[in-house]
Amino acid sequence: MTLPSYSWPGYLRKDGRKGIRNLVLVVYTVECARHVAHLIAQDEPESHIIGFPGCTDNQYAIRLLLALARHPNIGAVLAVGLGCEYTQPAKIAEVVRRSGREAEWFYIQDAGGTSASVERGKEIITRLRLQLENGSQIIPITLPDLVVGAECGGSDATSGLAGNPVVGSFYDLLVDAGGTTIFEEIAEMLGLKSIMLNRAATPEVEVQLADAYDNAEQYCQDVRQYSISPGNFAGGLTAIEEKSMGAFIKGGSKPIQGVIRVSERPTKSGLWLMDSVPDPHYMQFGYTNLNDTEGIMDLISGGAHIILFITGRGSVIGSPIAPLIKITGNVKTYFHMEGDMDFNAGRVLTGEMTLEEAAYDLLELVVRVANGEVTKSESLGHREYFIMYKHQDTPSLIDGCRL
Amino acid sequence: MNFCIQIDPSDNTAVLLGDAHQGESVTILGKSSQQVVETNESIAYTHKIAIKKIPKGTAVIKYGISIGHATQDINIGDWIHLHNLASDYDERSSTLELHSGLSTDMSYE
Repeated sequence: MTLPSYSWPGYLRKDGRKGIRNLVLVVYTVECARHVAHLIAQDEPESHIIGFPGCTDNQYAIRLLLALARHPNIGAVLAVGLGCEYTQPAKIAEVVRRSGREAEWFYIQDAGGTSASVERGKEIITRLRLQLENGSQIIPITLPDLVVGAECGGSDATSGLAGNPVVGSFYDLLVDAGGTTIFEEIAEMLGLKSIMLNRAATPEVEVQLADAYDNAEQYCQDVRQYSISPGNFAGGLTAIEEKSMGAFIKGGSKPIQGVIRVSERPTKSGLWLMDSVPDPHYMQFGYTNLNDTEGIMDLISGGAHIILFITGRGSVIGSPIAPLIKITGNVKTYFHMEGDMDFNAGRVLTGEMTLEEAAYDLLELVVRVANGEVTKSESLGHREYFIMYKHQDTPSLIDGCRL
Repeated sequence: MNFCIQIDPSDNTAVLLGDAHQGESVTILGKSSQQVVETNESIAYTHKIAIKKIPKGTAVIKYGISIGHATQDINIGDWIHLHNLASDYDERSSTLELHSGLSTDMSYE
């Protein structure tokens, strides 16, 4: 089956990146500014929020904030701080401006408290939105421009039988069409080292994969934390090795082009593996894959325009910046939580369609969402975000991978 | 009629596609020669059933790989879960409550 030549309108940023949404992003730099940031963005159209809770700054978190603030779906940024914290909203705004996007910032203490800050923030957002609506460059987007990320959460045994295999087949279609796909959760690849290494595109990538795998296994042993939860057990999964195999399938069958760390992005099209596992560090901080939202933020930091979230048990979360499509391989979950589910992959288990048909069906949905269709989590207002303290050995703030 | 999926021909376990009660004959979908397995106990949708004998200490196979080892002898038709299968990686694997998967080693006092 050959793919139709899909094309839809998108937004060309001054740094050359192409977006499928045209958003203003409010970024707060400490928990103390969180409520004010949320009040500012409340009821403002096409305005999303992220923030970092810590007062002490952290290189990983700053890299992540900057990667998200310069995401192709973001057209302009407002950074808001309290005024006491280490993380600097002025520098965030400066870096964002260097990418060709409009950016402003202020401290709540300078503005004169909550009400004055909300008023000032809303004025800025109105101005930024007006600039985006009148000044954005509209261009045609095609499948080779698209970057898609996949995450699973609330997995059950259907995730490995239907949800993730459908995503994997769709990933193969998108890669064949010249697009870019990212998957992550190396902590959910335990027990699969040789299977992973067989997927390396080059001998160099094989070394990267082996390093990433060994680091993940060591990390899980050190912190005695494995990525499996009560919901997984109730859903018929018993061991991390079993969950891993089901999770790995969402990467499809194409060669892995390289390993990227959080806030790095693929340097060419094809399938990429994101490694969010912390590196050894004197403070030992940062769990890996602390929750699903953390992993989703990582994928968006890699430039994913759209997130595919596979959930057998039934999760309700969404994401800021990149729309999230919720997929379940469990037909019971689909009908029980239909208001939250975008795609019923369980149809391949009930015999209603083949895996290939489901993959094409999912492709159609992805293109519709890329063209502006609102997903269930978007319409329900789910824009969960999570930025945490962590350490990864990534010295440069310049985007790109280590290859 | 109830079905279970054997994913790889080497698997000694299959995934149920519906709730099965004790003594029910379940049709195996897969590439091995086996056709039917009879349940020794009730087993829930998406949970695993043994389709081969698995002696204590040997590997439980799904997707053609080891997903851990049997902590007791497992008979054909048995439910395979936290009570008789332990991860080779996760040491918390055998400490969890069987039906809910909830932890039993955390204090709430």
